[in-house]
Amino acid sequence: MGWLNSLQRRTPLGWLQLSRHKGRLLVALSGIAFADLLMFMQLGFQESLYESNTQIRAALDADLILASPKAETTQKLSTFSRRRLYQAQDVPGVASARALYSNNINWNHPETNEEASLQVMGFDPDYPAFNLPEMNAQLYRVKIPDVMLFDRLARGDYQQTIAQIENQQWVSTEAEGRTLSVRGVFSLGASFGADGLLVTSSQNFLQLFPRRDPGSVSIGLLHVEPGYDPEQVAQALQDHLPDDVEAMTLDDFIQDELEQIQTESPIGFIFTIGAAMAFVVGVVIVYQVLSTDVNAHIKEYATFKAMGYRHSYLLTIVIEESLIMAFLGFIPGLLLPMGIYQVAANATALPIYMTLNRAATVLAMTIIMCLFSGAIATRKLQSADPADMF
Amino acid sequence: MPSPQPVIAIHNLGHAFGRGEQRKQVLFDIALNIKAGEIVLMTGPSGSGKTTLLTLIGGLRHVQSGSLKFLGQELCGATAEDLVQARRQTGYIFQAHNLHESLTARQNVRMGLEVHPQYSVEKMSMLAAEMLDLVGLGERLDHYPDQLSGGQKQRVAIARALVSRPKLLLADEPTAALDSKTGRDVVTLMQHLAQNQGCTILLVTHDSRILDIADRIVHMEDGVLKHNTPANAVH
Repeated sequence: MGWLNSLQRRTPLGWLQLSRHKGRLLVALSGIAFADLLMFMQLGFQESLYESNTQIRAALDADLILASPKAETTQKLSTFSRRRLYQAQDVPGVASARALYSNNINWNHPETNEEASLQVMGFDPDYPAFNLPEMNAQLYRVKIPDVMLFDRLARGDYQQTIAQIENQQWVSTEAEGRTLSVRGVFSLGASFGADGLLVTSSQNFLQLFPRRDPGSVSIGLLHVEPGYDPEQVAQALQDHLPDDVEAMTLDDFIQDELEQIQTESPIGFIFTIGAAMAFVVGVVIVYQVLSTDVNAHIKEYATFKAMGYRHSYLLTIVIEESLIMAFLGFIPGLLLPMGIYQVAANATALPIYMTLNRAATVLAMTIIMCLFSGAIATRKLQSADPADMF
Repeated sequence: MPSPQPVIAIHNLGHAFGRGEQRKQVLFDIALNIKAGEIVLMTGPSGSGKTTLLTLIGGLRHVQSGSLKFLGQELCGATAEDLVQARRQTGYIFQAHNLHESLTARQNVRMGLEVHPQYSVEKMSMLAAEMLDLVGLGERLDHYPDQLSGGQKQRVAIARALVSRPKLLLADEPTAALDSKTGRDVVTLMQHLAQNQGCTILLVTHDSRILDIADRIVHMEDGVLKHNTPANAVH
């Protein structure tokens, strides 16, 4: 308990020095808050990129997935032979195996008449492909030719269109030379890769893309019989089926896309660089403030040494200041991005929000940032030598 | 308060700055003994090595050659930790007050106690207030240095140096930044307090008006401690 006692006896010099110069402290705190804000924005966008791109996969209603080994992101799924689905049903434990067709489509924006890029997915409406009750309740409509359901959270100025559809006034538009009728909305969300999702029946999908072979499916959605372990069934499928198709659990399928974006796309790298730059900006600002403070007190520090204080005592002053600035600066640095996340989420239709994880990460980075600056600033303490100073 | 052992015993002390061709000897064969309770003034032109000798005695510099015993402990060849301990036994007063601008008078004085682990928080606060009362600043405990006059600041510095009852008080031209009346008051106060505590004083000064407080005056010139006369011989 010796250290506790000495902590209690200790004059809180770091705090007293910082709070004596309110202006300087305020500059330091706004600098840290700014660095935190930048880090939060970079990490927020990065995570929302990942999350938005996996939200289609995460909404799939399946235990196991069959996909082409060439599949990359949900926008680049590639195809495999429908025969694999029938062969999959031979494997014990597989309850059902159904096809999902996916493609990108340009449609005429119903309000502006400009071309907009969407993703369209087709499946058997008797067997819902998604875990979205709102969508599933309206699937009977897509049995009518050229009828689609649309993502309410799609990016773009669709407010009027969606309001119309919600009032049961069907909206018609044109794509791939066909007239489409949008007769329902559901909530999923835009991603970096696609502005929104249209769903329809397999028949409608294949009519929309006449050159698409019905035997080439994008994803196989498999359900497992009760009592079977999906992992083991996936392994059995992999052993049973040729190498032109991969079997995996839904979680692995989602994870796969995450890794795709993280490693294959430059976006993750760009955001990491952005966060690192924010960190450097923070280090520079905090270092400026701390080194100014050390210089301003170098005579007092030398006096303390002459009084019998050790060098380590001076180090603790700088460390104390670093930690105080880290925690105080983090408060506005946390609150500000929460507001900006809200604005960004509304503007981009991306799922950007504060997470406990990210807050903890940025807090840890803030502490490291301030301690790092403090560590550089302590080098100036070497000149606090009472023998040379007086 | 006479004691058999001198507070400071210096023999054959030399000191040089720089190395190689740049090496410059600043102290030559210094010998000086100071008994407990004695007040010794050191005079001499600037650059004669007075401050260097003072920093050696105060443990602010490593002793290079000869012998310097502080309270019986040899400082020649002492470790950094030995020097830290020696500094804690010494009160130091500088030309400038060197108070911490972010601390109140009482907090500044408290810093003189915080290095000594034996004082509790309450005790430190109480002793600091008492000491400030003794230097006549009992009404200004919570003033910051920039709210005090030059003389008041130097009195806070004296309180800080003496609050832990050091065996030795070293003062390097403590009146240099003060007008003559204030300087005289500050030195008288220092003398008075130190004598009450039985504290030995070694004071470097140019100020001829304060020579009368000394028991003994030594004169430094070109790194040599020239004459070593009792103060009454000067008058």
